[in-house]
Amino acid sequence: MPVALKLKNNTLTVCLKGEIDHHTAPAIRESIDDAIAINHNASLIILDFSGVTFMDSSGVGLVMGRYRLVAPMGKRLQVDNLSARDYQILRMSGIEKLAPLNQRYDEIKENRYD
Amino acid sequence: MTKINELKMILDSRSVNECFSRVAVASFSSQLDMTVEELGDIKTVVSEAVTNCIVHAYSNTIGKIYITCTVFEEGVIRVSIRDKGCGIPDVEKAREPLYTSVGGERSGLGFSVMESFSDKLRVRSRVGVGTTVTFEKIIKGKAR
Repeated sequence: MPVALKLKNNTLTVCLKGEIDHHTAPAIRESIDDAIAINHNASLIILDFSGVTFMDSSGVGLVMGRYRLVAPMGKRLQVDNLSARDYQILRMSGIEKLAPLNQRYDEIKENRYD
Repeated sequence: MTKINELKMILDSRSVNECFSRVAVASFSSQLDMTVEELGDIKTVVSEAVTNCIVHAYSNTIGKIYITCTVFEEGVIRVSIRDKGCGIPDVEKAREPLYTSVGGERSGLGFSVMESFSDKLRVRSRVGVGTTVTFEKIIKGKAR
């Protein structure tokens, strides 16, 4: 998956696009990890889910794996623009205690899962 | 309940079929007037079950995945996903949140996610014979 990157004030934003499942996760993981390696000065890594159209529990493994990668380097991880469903799935893992999870603004009001 | 339509399909346990299988089941199910959220719930559960067949049931081989999707007049979708793979020795343990039998980046949340997004979930498994996951989704739809 080609990912779009933004670097601003030591914050690296990785914009993900498309569907995250067991089939697509390895390529997405590689793109994120490459971006983190290249931008090694970034202290905050934001995974931007605004372009994600589907995610199953493979996405949880992906986010937890990135946390395990960056935490020992002293970097923080944050996940932004989650759909209501993806937010609910990620919360099942308890990852929000380690990495803040933020929902898409337009979906917060009508969140049927909370 | 009264069956009004049924889809059966047999797929190779290749990861590229994860997307196809969830979209096919969702597309067939959509003859019941349902919301985008309900469609998404069905896709998510199918994706988890099919991934389990690929990752666990047929971990070192390519086998067949048998999917049946039945539509009931009462506004219920029943989907069964069956494999003839290795089977699960302890289904209760497998259904525990965060339990995973494999390493890598599997979260161990597959069954928890399936339970959250379906209305009824049954798992039958025998070691060396295979596993069947059956779930039902009650469709409330746009009108109701």
